[in-house]
Amino acid sequence: MRLIGKQLASKLLWVLGQVLLLPTLLMTSVQAFGASDAVVDEAQRWGLNMTEGVTAVSHEIYDLHMLIFWICVWIGVVVFGIMFYSMIMHRKSSGAVPAKFHESTAVELAWTLIPALILVMMAIPATSSLIKIYDSSEAEINIKIVGYQWKWQYEYLGEDVSFFSNLTTPQDEIYGLAPKGEHYLLEVDEPLVIPVNKKVRFLITANDVLHAWWVPALAVKRDAIPGFVNDAWTIVDEPGIYRGQCAELCGKAHGFMPIVVHAMEEADYANWLAGKKEEAEELKAAMSQTFTMDELYARGEKVYQANCVACHGANGGGGLGPSLVGTGITTGPINAHINVMVNGVAGNAVMPVFGNQLNNIDLASVITFKRNAWGNNMGDQLQPVDILTFKKNQ
Amino acid sequence: MSTDTNSSVEGYEHYYVPEQSAFPILASIGLFALIFGLATFLNELQAEVTGAGRYVAIAGFAMLSATLFSWFRQTIIENMSGMNSAQLKRSYVWGMGWFIFSEVMFFAAFFGALYYVRNLAGPWLGGEGEKGQYMELAKMWAASGYEYTWPPLSTPDEAVNGAKAVFQGAGEGNSMYPSDAHNGLALWLPMWNTILLLSSSVTVHIAHIGLKEGNRAKFKGWLLATVILAIAFLFLQVAEYYEAYVHLGLTLESGIYGTTFFMLTGFHGFHVFLGMTMLLIMFLRSTKGHFSHDDCFGFEAASWYWHFVDVVWVCLFFFVYII
Amino acid sequence: MGDHGPAKGFGRWLFTTNHKDIGSMYLWFSFAMFLMGGVFALVIRAELFQPGLQLVEPEFFNQMTTMHGLVMVFGAVMPAFVGLANWMIPMMVGAPDMALPRMNNWSFWILPFAFTLLASTLLMEGGGPNFGWTFYAPLSTTYAPPSVTYFIFAVHIMGASSIMGSINIIATILNMRAPGMTLMKMPLFVWTWLITAYLLIAVMPVLAGCVTMMLMDIHFGTSFFSAAGGGDPVLFQHVFWFFGHPEVYIMILPAFGIVSAIIPTFARKPLFGYASMVYATASIAFLSFIVWAHHMFTVGMPIAGELFFMYATMLIAVPTGVKVFNWVSTMFRGSMTFETPMLFAIAFVILFTIGGFSGLMLSIAPADFQYHDTYFVVAHFHYVLVPGAVFSIFAAVYYWLPKWCGNMYDERLGKAHFWLSFVGLNLTFFPMHFVGLAGMPRRIPDYALQFADFNQIASMGAFLFGFSQVFFLFIVIKTIRGGEKATDAVWDNPEGLEWTVASPAPYHTFTTPPPVK
Ligand code: HEA
Ligand code: HEA
Ligand code: HEC
Ligand code: CUA
Ligand SMILES: [Cu+2]
Repeated sequence: MRLIGKQLASKLLWVLGQVLLLPTLLMTSVQAFGASDAVVDEAQRWGLNMTEGVTAVSHEIYDLHMLIFWICVWIGVVVFGIMFYSMIMHRKSSGAVPAKFHESTAVELAWTLIPALILVMMAIPATSSLIKIYDSSEAEINIKIVGYQWKWQYEYLGEDVSFFSNLTTPQDEIYGLAPKGEHYLLEVDEPLVIPVNKKVRFLITANDVLHAWWVPALAVKRDAIPGFVNDAWTIVDEPGIYRGQCAELCGKAHGFMPIVVHAMEEADYANWLAGKKEEAEELKAAMSQTFTMDELYARGEKVYQANCVACHGANGGGGLGPSLVGTGITTGPINAHINVMVNGVAGNAVMPVFGNQLNNIDLASVITFKRNAWGNNMGDQLQPVDILTFKKNQ
Repeated sequence: MSTDTNSSVEGYEHYYVPEQSAFPILASIGLFALIFGLATFLNELQAEVTGAGRYVAIAGFAMLSATLFSWFRQTIIENMSGMNSAQLKRSYVWGMGWFIFSEVMFFAAFFGALYYVRNLAGPWLGGEGEKGQYMELAKMWAASGYEYTWPPLSTPDEAVNGAKAVFQGAGEGNSMYPSDAHNGLALWLPMWNTILLLSSSVTVHIAHIGLKEGNRAKFKGWLLATVILAIAFLFLQVAEYYEAYVHLGLTLESGIYGTTFFMLTGFHGFHVFLGMTMLLIMFLRSTKGHFSHDDCFGFEAASWYWHFVDVVWVCLFFFVYII
Repeated sequence: MGDHGPAKGFGRWLFTTNHKDIGSMYLWFSFAMFLMGGVFALVIRAELFQPGLQLVEPEFFNQMTTMHGLVMVFGAVMPAFVGLANWMIPMMVGAPDMALPRMNNWSFWILPFAFTLLASTLLMEGGGPNFGWTFYAPLSTTYAPPSVTYFIFAVHIMGASSIMGSINIIATILNMRAPGMTLMKMPLFVWTWLITAYLLIAVMPVLAGCVTMMLMDIHFGTSFFSAAGGGDPVLFQHVFWFFGHPEVYIMILPAFGIVSAIIPTFARKPLFGYASMVYATASIAFLSFIVWAHHMFTVGMPIAGELFFMYATMLIAVPTGVKVFNWVSTMFRGSMTFETPMLFAIAFVILFTIGGFSGLMLSIAPADFQYHDTYFVVAHFHYVLVPGAVFSIFAAVYYWLPKWCGNMYDERLGKAHFWLSFVGLNLTFFPMHFVGLAGMPRRIPDYALQFADFNQIASMGAFLFGFSQVFFLFIVIKTIRGGEKATDAVWDNPEGLEWTVASPAPYHTFTTPPPVK
């Protein structure tokens, strides 16, 4: 038995030596070709590999990925090499006579221990990366991210700035009625804006079902879990626009809730933030204003397109949600209508509760819009104060 | 037939392989009707309509029970007429053993859930621990004043929505602890249940000894005692549920405490009911003269099941009521 | 009784207690489900052929993804292995039949009902299950269509079927072996199934518990998965994956057994390292209970959990590696021929290992933050499932079909089936690694433009692969209906009791136990 073990081991070593030469040759030739820009461009267009990203963590993950990848390739080359060697050399048709050996403690021990050692080698860098990723302390900016079916809300904690981010790709592009734009499905109305070179902490949660906030270039992926808070962080090195997608099945429009992160120089970020705050102030002021029917209608149509179209259809004809044309609530008493919009539909989790997703102006205008669009012609209208009163009286 | 009769092994008893049987297909149809009807019934309840669901379910249940009854009857007849070899009986032993193991794993899922919500998720919701630390910052439950305790006196929902909450905690009385003011230890129902169930494990064991000794009176008497103890247990459990629902306001909807409490004790109670039924059938069989000291697998299976139910209760008593 | 032939007519199949009949029914059922699940996959691939929504609405697409996963896992792969177990285990251990023959029939007949119910949900109001085969709460509870109740009960009875089937298999193996057939003499297929059956009995009840919790949350107001009541949606995932991870090994361990039977036969050399194969299988089974949360690296577990599950998962590479090395050593210095079963077995070793490598990459928690829920994962599990589990089933069918029906299959057609499948499958699933790494999430009906090219290739490959399976059906039917008569041994000196009986195997074999050396 021991003899066979030795024989086998030396044979294995020999074959190993042979096959190890092969990929070295291969790699050098690939590198020789790889130098040509055309090949690189082509590979990039097809998107072959994980992005290296723009943060220290994303680089680390990329390196880890490549390390494990090459280890697997080499193990594969050795194992498959030996296998193909025997498939070529030890076939019956070329007169091979089967050997008799069928076990060897030495060899079996070796191929238990060596892979275990390789695994330890992998585990060390993986552990250190993980510890780094989990350390979200000392962040300078805290942003709460809330996943909704099917949009993201960003709230800059302590800054009084909060907004929703919706897909802007038109339905026509999706249904092939218009040519698809460059950032098809990866474009939003309001991107998340963060400064470069600052530690930004994300507090991620969800409002309805699970979502996952993922931007490959930042190597941040965290599930958004209703009722619980997950944290993640990033420090972006380069200004730019980075795109990602929701990465946890969240229902019908799971494929249609992109994420866009706009990383800016610090000064630009400060400007942007100031602008946002101003906007918020203006909005507050507008809450007590009175709008004309046309203003309400036009604004309401926009709100509808951004928030309702996915379920109630482009012309209110219904889909996942019921038709809003000429039916009960939309053409019924206006208070019931406000109630549905502010509190949702009792016992139905699909129709969202918009009371704190939309501001009072938007609520007033979308209700006004619905009551007068698509031939509903109710003729009545609401002002933001009406919503306020309604909410107060609850 | 070429090679399968080429030799016979010394001392081999023929293994009885039943011929065609209609039981499996009938049982499948019954089972299908049962679950289809049940699902329809539940959806009808949800939608607040009345429909045929309940009748389909009842018909399915009747068919399934009738089939299983005849099936077991057939098996018993075969055994009584001496068709079963020792090897075949061992197959039943293995079968019952692994079935009980599967039941253990079913309970494990619920005990695991209890562990998880009590020791991990609960504290996080209350803003404690590695994962709770951001609750305040993110203005979630803890920020509205939710504090985690076990047993929970309120739900996170209540902390935020007050009386409008869907999940209403059971308030003051939701604990069934011995320390509860209105319940002295002597009146503490779960303890009585523990005593009942533990002694029923003993009685069924004595019955077994009686059978082994060939003392049929002892066997039947103690078996009947076991069944009575089981019924007493179920009776007390119903009383406990009544108390919880009517006086303590502790219900399935009372957030996670009611959820885990009723699911664990409820499934256990259901298994007690099953075990009690098995033992009752064994008792009825014993009055017909079934079982002998060396051929009593049916009874033994029921008694193993009973011991299993007992062990689950001990775990329950410890994890649900005491700690 | 004893030497009876099969009963006549339809009743033979409805009422049978014969392990061979039941095995055949399982196999036919599983193939039908494979085609059905495959058609769902083809709907997915057709929609993903190019960006934009062309054929189906997102809502229906999600139902297709869900049903494809469920049907393939519970309808195609698992019943196929149970079918093989039914056919082969009694013959391999020298038993007259399965230990509990009537219950055996019940385990089978539950399945057609369960899947009829499951498939019928597609026609119900509100549509069928649309929450993925992993049915994460609360999408599958509070936000689910009403048909979820039917889905829950269908899963319950499927579980009952699996548990009864497994109890039967364990009882057969432990109690019905011919005298002299010690545990360490059992063929590896029997060993792997013994351990698989153990896994099944341990985890199917947990799945039952999981769907029961869903049922309670949906209909009885409990709050297992709702933070508002003090529960946690992540609890669902823990319970599900405690079942789900062992489940994936349930779909591969019997495959290991099959390959361990086939390679020695065609290498004409005894299996290398029989004992270590047994220990490796047992270690994989043990480890499979403590790695479940590697599917949940991104849910935000505390770091200690993250590290524990990463290390435990990586460890599985060791026993699995032992198996791969043993197979390679079995071939080494053998005297090989490459009949169809052997081709499938060799492709299994290579492609499964590739799938294992990508699994190892996924197990690296930090890297999984980039891989998770992308097509890289889809590529991983199709590599272990399609050229893994499914190829092993093809291999088994070609290997044992002559024993079952007495006729040789047509070697030329068999090889053609192999090569078509091999090419089709790699075209389908290899490009998924690339789109996954490039950032394409899974379970989406429409995607950004940069993923278009590889998706197109994948879709074409899927249709090639799919239609090759219809060709397989043709080959099998042709073989059953006639062809060159097979000898009793069928192959060159194969090992095992099943080769000592006639071809086709008589209706009842080993009514008295055979002698075992
Ligand atoms: C048959 C089914 C099967 C099998 C066998 C495996 C095997 C493995 N799987 Fe896989 N897996 C699935 C089916 C399977 N998986 C499915 C269905 C999913 C997705 C579920 C869903 O979300 O829908 C999944 C998902 C999945 C994930 C989650 C990914 C995610 O969602 O983010 C992970 C992460 O760790 C993982 C890891 C592994 C590992 C480490 C193995 C190991 O067992 C592999 C071990 C094998 C080898 C490594 C190759 C051979 C070894 C050698 C040659 C030795 C030397 C090698 C080294 C030392 C590197 N799998
Ligand atoms: C054993 C399991 C198994 C098998 C064999 C397969 C086989 C295939 N799978 Fe899949 N797959 C899963 C298990 C499996 N799969 C799981 C668990 C998921 C995850 C689900 C989830 O996300 O929830 C998944 C998800 C999944 C996706 C991702 C979907 C998404 O994320 O949205 C895709 C996409 O391409 C895919 C494709 C395929 C293809 C092309 C095949 C091919 O191999 C199929 C081959 C095709 C056929 C066999 C059809 C042949 C039939 C005909 C040609 C018609 C003839 C008709 C008659 C004769 C009546 N599968
Ligand atoms: C996630 C899908 C979804 C979105 C997005 C959605 N709805 Fe709904 N909506 C529904 C569903 C489902 C119902 C039916 C609830 C029920 O009756 O049980 C509904 C019901 C309604 C009703 C009551 C209709 C009636 O006659 O009973 C109104 C009004 C309504 N939605 C308006 C809106 C408006 C305005 C928006 C956008 C600001 C919107 N919905 C966004 C799914 C949605
Ligand atoms: Cu949100 Cu997927
Ligand atoms: Cu896994």
